[in-house]
Amino acid sequence: MSKFKDAEHLVRLAGACAVVLVLFLLVRAHFIPKSFGQYGHFRGDALAEQSSKTISYAGHKVCEDCHADVLEVKKAGKHAGVNCEACHGPLAKHAEDPGSVVPQLPDTAVLCVRCHEENIAKPKTFPQVVSKEHSGGTVCKTCHVPHSPLLQPGDKKS
Amino acid sequence: MITRRKLLMLLPAAAFAWEYVLAGTPDVAPNYNSSEHWWGMLLDIDKCIGCGNCVRACATENDVPEGYFRTWVERYHVADWQQDTPLVDSPNGGKDGFPESSAVGGKNFFVPKMCNHCADSPCTQVCPVGATFHTPDGVVLVDSSYCVGCRYCVQACPYGCRFLHPTKHTAEKCSLCYHRITKGLTTACSENCPTGARQLADLKNPNDPIHEFLKTHSVQVLKPHLATGAKAFYHDLDGSVR
Amino acid sequence: MMVPVEGFMYPNEVELQWSVLIVVYPFVTGLVAGAFILASLERIFHVVAVKPTYRLALLTALAFLLVAPLPLQLHLGHPERSLEMFLTPHKTSAMAMFGFVYLWYLMAVVLLEIWLDYRHEIVLLSQSTTGLKRLFYSALTLGSSNISGGALRVDDRVGWVVTLIGIPSAFLLHGYVGFIFGSVKANPWWSSPLMPVVFIFSAMVSGIATVLLVYMAMMKIRKQSIDMRCVDTIAQYLLYTFIIDFGLEILDLIHRIYEADESFRSLDFLLHTKLFFSQVILQIVLGTVVPILTIGFIQIFNVPEKLRRLAYGVCGSLTIIGIFAMRWNVVIGGQLFSKSFLGYTTYKLDLISREGELVAVALLILPLFILAALLRILPPWPERQTPVGN
Repeated sequence: MSKFKDAEHLVRLAGACAVVLVLFLLVRAHFIPKSFGQYGHFRGDALAEQSSKTISYAGHKVCEDCHADVLEVKKAGKHAGVNCEACHGPLAKHAEDPGSVVPQLPDTAVLCVRCHEENIAKPKTFPQVVSKEHSGGTVCKTCHVPHSPLLQPGDKKS
Repeated sequence: MITRRKLLMLLPAAAFAWEYVLAGTPDVAPNYNSSEHWWGMLLDIDKCIGCGNCVRACATENDVPEGYFRTWVERYHVADWQQDTPLVDSPNGGKDGFPESSAVGGKNFFVPKMCNHCADSPCTQVCPVGATFHTPDGVVLVDSSYCVGCRYCVQACPYGCRFLHPTKHTAEKCSLCYHRITKGLTTACSENCPTGARQLADLKNPNDPIHEFLKTHSVQVLKPHLATGAKAFYHDLDGSVR
Repeated sequence: MMVPVEGFMYPNEVELQWSVLIVVYPFVTGLVAGAFILASLERIFHVVAVKPTYRLALLTALAFLLVAPLPLQLHLGHPERSLEMFLTPHKTSAMAMFGFVYLWYLMAVVLLEIWLDYRHEIVLLSQSTTGLKRLFYSALTLGSSNISGGALRVDDRVGWVVTLIGIPSAFLLHGYVGFIFGSVKANPWWSSPLMPVVFIFSAMVSGIATVLLVYMAMMKIRKQSIDMRCVDTIAQYLLYTFIIDFGLEILDLIHRIYEADESFRSLDFLLHTKLFFSQVILQIVLGTVVPILTIGFIQIFNVPEKLRRLAYGVCGSLTIIGIFAMRWNVVIGGQLFSKSFLGYTTYKLDLISREGELVAVALLILPLFILAALLRILPPWPERQTPVGN
């Protein structure tokens, strides 16, 4: 009996620890997000949250639905693989409401050299020019049709 | 014969499993079944012209803060046989293209970089709270509302593709445009790449052109010795690329 | 924010992720582990000579342990979410598991051992004080006022078991911190199985040195004479631990130089430039070699008492600075080079910011204030009388 009395304070300590543990479990049950662990060690709701973010680029298929005429020209030329928004910028808003969101035409004076300015690291087969020597300041659109840029014989404007 | 004892042991196990059955495949987006996809990326060094369209498109699509990069492009200059000491630059991540190179001769090329969406990613391994994770369709995502901003994942990524968002104070990185690919669109970077150097690949889709490509071309991943299960496949990646 | 970069770094790498606060944190937890090991020398290994520092070592460990979470909270992007580490700990994450190791160590080892050792005084104080103090001590007694010989013998035995468990727990505490770094395969400066071991031994070195300095300072403040047998023995254990610690670090160095893998050139360059002062001068020469040679000298040759005390004070201080430098070299050093091994960045340490110099210094000084308070609440002297059989 006296043995227990001498260890009584340890029993009290164990009791206090048990209380803390129960409190912890209660806090845990309350604060862990409901969807946590559904599909793995993460908040299950995060998946739907991520996939419902706003889209800025509509994607070329959407453009082609309305602008089939441009597609006709483009798909026969050298820019067949260049998607619309690569030059025209993000147009999801325009695709949703074509009437009120009217995009600005890109300025070919700065647009084209982004890809076609000569650089030693570009693949040798890629068409590139030293723009100063090539056009001497003339805007690219003066001679080239952006949607089908390769000049045909007899095509060149002066 | 199923005895009462066996049933008593099987029932709790079944109840536990049933919970997962009920959870089912995550309801991510309409008409999207994540178990039908396993996402990766194909990056063709032969085609990259360092225009920076991808970096700009990603920044627009994903609200990437200035000075931080979910994707970036590096330019390499390898002099002769000196594989060990390439000269590399990435001015503002290649976002504004690349200025004229001062390099002369040697081998020069561009390398687009991004999150490799590793199948055995070290970043998800170290996250203390489960804020970064693998989706069932193979994309590594960050749950910004759960991340505590400890930056362990940033340290653990061997490819330098993660950063701490300067105002949200949570970890950020390429999400493989999860919000686009679950709706049948391609990633913003692939959409805007003018040469097709970047292409989204669905490794589980038998009709995806990646399978034919893999059969007929040699591909590499970055830092294969770290066995991260990287799913960003590079075609014609030079040995000097870090 | 322009940070000078040499060579090439991945664009997201330029800004350091883990600041000086993440240097303070392993330094502080290291002191905890080391101080505890010193306390266990007397309790488990019966090194009677160090008994005067037993309680002091425990209180020092507690003071630093209480401060340890602070640098982490200040560093987190969302400290208000830090509870998540206990609610949904990711079992593969060393950082998550460490939260529980820390809690275990705080509650089941340090606090328990202090409570058991001090219970006799706590009960007496709960009866002799008045007002708020009485309330405080009464609460600490958990309602039990049994300080009979039998009860105290129970305390002694349980305390012995707690200390015994405490030794591997102390190793686990700081070994885990080492593992947090050592398991990052992306970083060759960190990734090493030696990292937890080096951390443990450098922790012991810093903890022992801290208790040595605190003891000598306390005796000076109380105008009491320093027990030379005690400090001589502590210095000896400091020496032994140092030799192992230094051996491990030299092994790491030689291994790196010999194998010279792809990261070697980067790391070698760092060591000769950005880390030269902190690693070669502070950590190795002043922080390790000088204390080892000095204390070693004292073991071989007869050095007068006054000179020995001076030597211990200087060596203890150099040791603590050296171990802080070691943490700096690991944490900051590991982020100064690019994972492309082609470039280097710079660490911009602000003076006044949430993770700046002032905060770091404050966090290092705070435990001393807490220790002062603990020494008032639970005076280590006079020593508890071992109860004679009842």
